[in-house]
Amino acid sequence: MRYGPLLAFVAGVTFSLGLLISGMADPAKVLAFLDIAGNWDPSLALVMASAVTINFIGLRIVTRRARPLLAEAFSIPARRDLDRELIAGAAVFGVGWGLAGLCPGPAIAALAIAPGSAAIFVGAMLAGMAAGRAIKQTGVLSDRRSAQHQ
Amino acid sequence: MTDALNAIAGGALIGLAAVMMMGGIGRVMGVSGIISALLNERIGAGQHAPGRSDFIWRAAFVAGVFAAPLGHLVLIGQPPAATFDASPGVLVLAGLLVGAGAVVGSGCTSGHGVCGIARLSARSTVATFAFMSTGIAATFLMRHAFGG
Repeated sequence: MRYGPLLAFVAGVTFSLGLLISGMADPAKVLAFLDIAGNWDPSLALVMASAVTINFIGLRIVTRRARPLLAEAFSIPARRDLDRELIAGAAVFGVGWGLAGLCPGPAIAALAIAPGSAAIFVGAMLAGMAAGRAIKQTGVLSDRRSAQHQ
Repeated sequence: MTDALNAIAGGALIGLAAVMMMGGIGRVMGVSGIISALLNERIGAGQHAPGRSDFIWRAAFVAGVFAAPLGHLVLIGQPPAATFDASPGVLVLAGLLVGAGAVVGSGCTSGHGVCGIARLSARSTVATFAFMSTGIAATFLMRHAFGG
């Protein structure tokens, strides 16, 4: 893991260049993509299609190895259940995304593009993350907890 | 046409970055997970406190995301072109919803949309449909119903 952080930095730069080149880092463009009833700009659908295609192929190549180049093991999410937290959380996330045209990756890049707006959004996002963690800990949306009540 | 080519090229870089993260250090490139883990370690509330090396790669990734537009600013003298016209109030509300939703929903556009779908994860596919749908609905309400 000695060179892990260096690799993560280079991956972060690569990801961010991808956001900048594709238009994902421009909230106006993201909103034009989500605004299907307005002057719809469908080009961002190609960003996800392209990213998923490259990742789909690349993942199959790199995970043929027994372990990653710089770490002991692959850490891949194992959950399969479609629970209420997943769906409610994603739905709430989408509302925020559709209001300002920003999601977490572009928001970090935005700190160097439009620091004023980005700082407000990122500050609120961190507060939201802390709140989200608290909500998860209460288990109000957890299927298991509600099953116990029934 | 240029937009389409840029979208494909930029998307390829995003996919490549995700492959680098998995092939290099065996981790999913989920930006919200990376940020919330950093936040959690910083406020020291983690029940499963990850090691120091986890903190460092996460911070390095976030620094890389910040560094690309910063490099553009330094080399070209202006930030990359982008239009930010949400009001402060909308930014606060949007940020709160994005942060809380990503943590409760275990991921965001990168983790579910790019990495999860490429793994053919049912959870991520459902999450992506959910946030695309509500994103479209929120934009519609903002722009057409409330005359934004």
